[in-house]
Amino acid sequence: MKRLMGFIITVLVLTGVMAVTTPGLLDKVRLGLDLKGGFEILYEAEPMDIGAELTRASLQKTAESLEKRANALGTSEPEVTTEGTNRIRLKIAGVTDEAEVRKKMKEPAVLTFRSAAEGDAAGTYSKIEMVGSDFVEGAAEVQRDQLNQPVIQIKVKDKDKFAEITKRLLGKNLAIYLDERQLSDPVVQAVLTDGTASISGNYTLDSARELADTINLGALPLKLTEKYSQSVGATLGKQSLDQTVRAGIVGSIIILIFMIGMYRLPGVLASFALLLHTWLLIAVFVVADFTLTLPGIAAFILGIGMAVDANIITNERIREEMRSGKSILSSVKAGNKISFRTVMDANVTTIIVAAVMFAFGTGAVKGFALILIVEIVLSIVTNLYFAHWLLTLLVKSGMLKKPKQFGVKESEISAL
Amino acid sequence: MRFKKELDFVHLSKYFFIFSIVLTILGVLFLAIFGLNYSVDFKAGSNVDVSLSKNITTEQLQPALDSLNLSHEPSITLGENRVNIRYDEVLDDTQSQALQAEITKLDDQASFEINTVDTEMAKELARNAIYSVLLASIGIIIYVSIRFEWRFALAAIVALLHDAFMVVSIFSIFRLEVDLTFIVAVLTIIGYSINDTIVIFDRIRENLRFGKQKTYEDLKALVNKSVAQTLMRSLYTAFTVFIAAFFLLVLGGESIKMFSLAMVIGLLFGAYSSIFIASPLWLLLKKRQKPSTKSAPAKA
Repeated sequence: MKRLMGFIITVLVLTGVMAVTTPGLLDKVRLGLDLKGGFEILYEAEPMDIGAELTRASLQKTAESLEKRANALGTSEPEVTTEGTNRIRLKIAGVTDEAEVRKKMKEPAVLTFRSAAEGDAAGTYSKIEMVGSDFVEGAAEVQRDQLNQPVIQIKVKDKDKFAEITKRLLGKNLAIYLDERQLSDPVVQAVLTDGTASISGNYTLDSARELADTINLGALPLKLTEKYSQSVGATLGKQSLDQTVRAGIVGSIIILIFMIGMYRLPGVLASFALLLHTWLLIAVFVVADFTLTLPGIAAFILGIGMAVDANIITNERIREEMRSGKSILSSVKAGNKISFRTVMDANVTTIIVAAVMFAFGTGAVKGFALILIVEIVLSIVTNLYFAHWLLTLLVKSGMLKKPKQFGVKESEISAL
Repeated sequence: MRFKKELDFVHLSKYFFIFSIVLTILGVLFLAIFGLNYSVDFKAGSNVDVSLSKNITTEQLQPALDSLNLSHEPSITLGENRVNIRYDEVLDDTQSQALQAEITKLDDQASFEINTVDTEMAKELARNAIYSVLLASIGIIIYVSIRFEWRFALAAIVALLHDAFMVVSIFSIFRLEVDLTFIVAVLTIIGYSINDTIVIFDRIRENLRFGKQKTYEDLKALVNKSVAQTLMRSLYTAFTVFIAAFFLLVLGGESIKMFSLAMVIGLLFGAYSSIFIASPLWLLLKKRQKPSTKSAPAKA
């Protein structure tokens, strides 16, 4: 009786949790561009100056500045990632003027040092005194002054030019701009003749670092070339998603009906484990902030197939043990034990395949492999451990006494 | 036993070996002669999307296209207030501006989106996927050799490559379009194929533990028995996975049609190869280890 209560409580609590949380979770699943519309561009970056070297840091900085630009253009949740040593992948959803965004994105980040020209409003500067390439690459760094305040040390290539500018602008502002965004407007405190300067102000350590990085990036601007681009209309993406989800639901219902019709009460348990498996997968998507794309759906289907397979293997094995004349309990025990090994070997082999794909693949292949791995691990937990435990609990509680409840006819059982 | 008449899978597999070999040769021939019907993902060129204020016909558009004096004809797809022009060559700036000017003459409210497609990415993804599969095969060989034995590993790899190649062949023979999602479909098929094969091998391994198999006949009976014992499971699993892929094909969107089709074909091959290719192949390999009854020296 205690076992039966344990079984009922487990099932009820889990059903409740799934029923309550599922709508909220589904809303939070991040959809890929192929499902919600938008466009994706893969850039290849190379230094503007021939012969200069592309560093990991400058690629990272360029990616960050792309993201800032995309944000500035008012797009929703731009996604910018670096790939390999020289690539940046940009994903933007919900853009109305695609051509404009593309053009803006491709322009290299321009770092300028500017002074106030006549007619400039207070606090804005338009006369360009120096550009990014006037600075020594990678020389900007954060130091601390006597008061332990963070300052930014910079180095210029042309001492004389810098001396002339600082002389002319002594006591005035020399503002730092990235594109049209003002980063800082320090005042020139002295005529600087040795080609180095330190910029002080009310910087925190983080903001000082940020500025130093930006100057270094400006000193080595990267040229971006579009290597691949894909755009999906918002309605087209939505349509794909709706159709795919509907296809998935119809397929799932048929699979569940099949499982229950075929294996009766154990089939109901297997279906429950399958639902739990799917729910956990959605939860992982939300918690780990994965993006659901078409390859993800493919991995999802394969995972469901393998999860169903695990249940079929278990139940077929239990039936087989029963037909050989074993009691219900020992059939279930033996069936669980043997099928566990079978399913583990099959799953581990598939995980190996997926792990190699994840390690060596790129883009879609990587995403596919990751979701497959997650799903197989979840499947082992739900469709092996959990489903086996539930079935054993039910058998021990005395609810499953007859072979008929497993879909086995008495006539098929051979005398032991 | 459930089967009144035992099916001789090993014997049947002879015909299926022939079937698979014929299909493989056909596939190689088609691939060598016609190649694959690649979608735009794999072809370099310029893609011009024009949204218009009215519908226009190909006849209206033709003079505008002719005026560019390009060496090749683009393919044109007309839509509701839209037209898509796809060039197999990359248009340079002057050409695309001339094209825009010409079409603007037809409709002064036309707006353009010109994408240049670089095939390098798609090709790299495909190449990368192939390398990954080959590397994964090494992983399978190592794991299966440890848990089972190398003969199982080899047979499983052959079945897996067979399934992947069959789908590629079918797509080549029937000129079905191959896009980027096709790569993912083939990877899915490989995942399914290895899972399906290992389950049957597990049963062979289990049966090997009971009793000694002295002759080829013993081994053959053992393979037949193992396949028969797992047959219901194989059919049920194939059925359920097939259902999932089939509904994706029928109800899923246009954009994943080819993907779903590749899955449906591949899953059927995956189930087929585990029974009729992988298991008999293991037997063939194992036979070399065990002397067969016929070749065994006759007793005096």
